[in-house]
Amino acid sequence: MKIRVAIIGAGITGASIARVLSKYENLEVHLIDKNPDVGWGVSKANTAIIHGGYDDDPDKYPMRAKLCIRGNRLWHQWVKELEIPHVWNGALIVALKDEDFKELEVLLERGIRNGVPEMRIVDRDELFRLEPGLTREALGALWVPIVGQIGPIPAVIAIVENAVANGVKTHLETEVRGIKVENGEVKGVETNSGFIEADILINAAGLYADEISRMAGIDYFEIHPRKGEYWIFDEGIPGPKRVLFPTPTPISKGIVVTTEISGHLMIGPNAQDLPPEEKENTATTREGLEEVWEGAKKLWPQLPPRSKVIRTFAGLRPEPTGGDFIIKAEEEVWGFINVAGIRSPGLTSAPAIAYEVAEIIQRDLGIELVEKKKWNPYRREITHFFALSYEKVNELVKKNPAYGKIVCRCNKVSEGDILEAIERMKFIGVKTPSIDSVKFRTKATTGTCQGSFCRPRIIQILAREYGVPPWEVTLKGKGSEIGIGDVKVLVRGE
Amino acid sequence: MYDVVVVGGGPAGMAAAIRAKELGLKVLLLDDNDYLGGVLPQCIHPGFGIHYFKEELTGPEFAYRLMNKLDGVEVKTSARVLEIINYSDLEKFVVFTSPQGVQKVPTKTIIYAAGARERHAFEIGIVGDRVAGIYTAGETQTLMDIYGIMPGKEIVIVGSGDVGLIMARRFSLEGAKVKAVIELMPYPGGLARNIMILKDFNIPLYLSHKVVEVRGKGRVEKIKVVKVDENLREIPGTEFWIEADTLVISAGLIPNVKLLTEIGVAIDPSTGGPIVNDRLETSVPGIFVAGNALLINDLVDYVAEQGELAAEGAREFIENGGIPSRRWIRLVKGENVRLLAPHYLSGERDVWIYARVRRPMEDVVVEFPEIGKKIKLPVIKPAEMLRIKLKTEEISKAEDKITMRVVKHG
Repeated sequence: MKIRVAIIGAGITGASIARVLSKYENLEVHLIDKNPDVGWGVSKANTAIIHGGYDDDPDKYPMRAKLCIRGNRLWHQWVKELEIPHVWNGALIVALKDEDFKELEVLLERGIRNGVPEMRIVDRDELFRLEPGLTREALGALWVPIVGQIGPIPAVIAIVENAVANGVKTHLETEVRGIKVENGEVKGVETNSGFIEADILINAAGLYADEISRMAGIDYFEIHPRKGEYWIFDEGIPGPKRVLFPTPTPISKGIVVTTEISGHLMIGPNAQDLPPEEKENTATTREGLEEVWEGAKKLWPQLPPRSKVIRTFAGLRPEPTGGDFIIKAEEEVWGFINVAGIRSPGLTSAPAIAYEVAEIIQRDLGIELVEKKKWNPYRREITHFFALSYEKVNELVKKNPAYGKIVCRCNKVSEGDILEAIERMKFIGVKTPSIDSVKFRTKATTGTCQGSFCRPRIIQILAREYGVPPWEVTLKGKGSEIGIGDVKVLVRGE
Repeated sequence: MYDVVVVGGGPAGMAAAIRAKELGLKVLLLDDNDYLGGVLPQCIHPGFGIHYFKEELTGPEFAYRLMNKLDGVEVKTSARVLEIINYSDLEKFVVFTSPQGVQKVPTKTIIYAAGARERHAFEIGIVGDRVAGIYTAGETQTLMDIYGIMPGKEIVIVGSGDVGLIMARRFSLEGAKVKAVIELMPYPGGLARNIMILKDFNIPLYLSHKVVEVRGKGRVEKIKVVKVDENLREIPGTEFWIEADTLVISAGLIPNVKLLTEIGVAIDPSTGGPIVNDRLETSVPGIFVAGNALLINDLVDYVAEQGELAAEGAREFIENGGIPSRRWIRLVKGENVRLLAPHYLSGERDVWIYARVRRPMEDVVVEFPEIGKKIKLPVIKPAEMLRIKLKTEEISKAEDKITMRVVKHG
């Protein structure tokens, strides 16, 4: 009989673990998330950087130091196999004061210890050749060419699609309420939609990993949220070619200036520690956004006028007690593996974390993993009208005219793209139609007009394809319905 | 080869196509919606057509009248223009996609009438939660009047512009409670007839206030408002919250000019639309612009009028192989003039000037000092576009420029 593995949390970490475990014949893998779609927790809002691995002190944070560089190397393979949008553009950690060079030397040393290739300190002259728009105050920088950027939610979606294609079962809108442990062994999880049996339980619950761990009786750590806020600007505003970091402080890597993979200038994040009970507080604040603005201006003086912002957002990083990733099979409860406190560089480390977990299952739980004879490493990216040649559009239109019809004007998203997104949502088990699910797959609603033209059209398509009345279509899951009924609902007094 | 490809099937585009056809030109009209009319089909209130059709119509009626005159015009809906290629002054291509695929058509001229977009919550600096229930005013109009969806029941509207006010009435008529209209400026932003709506439905208007924050879990729950001083700076301690499930943003329109800027059309930052001559021709020869893509209008009648002007320009262009060179007279913004169009006058024809003032004033004179023209007006408001005719003989009195300014009478 197969060993049942339940993974709590379909973020970048849980999804990566599911993908790696889907390689094994003798495992039956279940991926559980309370959200209606995958990647909607910590993975949804971050700086989207594949870090270089020089930042984490191997004495203080051995897990982070080891897994970041390994994750970076693995992403090179994963983005190709899974067709994840990405760019390998490198990063500059900029020195603005003479003292900063001391810190850059520390980072360089650390990078050498962590095994990061290709790093070097560049002088002012070379720095401006690399990045001419940088502040004239810059004195030099640490150049880390192996840094990249990906679309974090597209990455989670791609990984889950591939995992499901390889036999992983998803349980979305499934909230874990209890963990059944008998005789010191994991038996399964109680959820809002019934009991899910499991021999191995992997806690990848992000901000909630401490609460999940406590359900298994393991309470040596706590997670508190650290908020970061961001600005994204309209297309066509010049941004840097590389990822620009200031010289870091003990609490944060600092406010980044970058051109994100869709070509928009993005600045952020700041770092604000919130109390443990504020795990849903992703509200932006005036103070936080101002802090980001001032911080970004130090590196990139020509910030656009404020009217050129198309979106501001905030994300939360899960900060664990001790600061290092907590990745281990807990001895008190056989079969319970914590993958907790996956703060930055969690996105980068995710593939390495997944292999680490597979190793833990073999080494610490003594389970020999048997590879499948046929495992499919590939996943095809969704069709994006904006990325197609006109000839290719015309080929697609012959099969389905919807590929010729534009729904989102700003980002050139066709009805065909959206229908494909909905098909893929259904494939991984998305039950509640939401505009955000379509947005994260197609980029519709993320352009200059922020969806005021296309949202009503997307609602119609979602309502039709999911067979629900249009007002029950949600923005981002239950409780965020876009309307209250048909136009006469209030007049009728229902 | 088409004589004219019209981009946009709203009132400006349809009027342009109809006039171009009457002038004997071969016309293709493109629109990316499934239906013609632009925003008119969702504007189910009256107030349209008093100047153009000499009777009061609703939006759909106005659109229907125009549609009935389109015989002889090749029309394509669900057709989105991807690219304009300005090969030379005499030869252009329009690349568009539709359920029939991508097509590239050659044309002598283009009339660009792609309308405007609405400013959204992020552009006006609102922070807080990104939840359901935040819409632009036009979006709620589409939801309600095209698709029959009621967005919410307790509404706060940002901006007292026409679309916001009209939607305040619409929400009220459907049984929703409009809890407040919040206006940044010390005066209302809409046409006088629309400001009456607030009285009719007993809706509070907060002048010199702004919405700064929205909070909620899945859906809008409460909205933070703050008072501003005469320099639009927030006054500390004046914050208050309004409970509501819906926030409607009616904070102004911005001309859609992206396809034009891609081919180098010069934009006037004050209108947000292209710099044009009195034929409504842009800085790229043979490309004309009309309607809200030119400047934000408050009456559809003027939008349709601009469409016709552009069509006449296209004919002159085709007949002469370009608009003849001349010493153009510049129209220049003077005191209390925020924006105006057209920017260059030939002096060969009468011209309608469209303009907006910076601030409201009573008992004023609109002056064109170089040609000695003066018009007295009892009241002017930024919300109401000034439309003034300059006659050929007046324009020809000027040497190289005509200034327009609005000053106190006496």
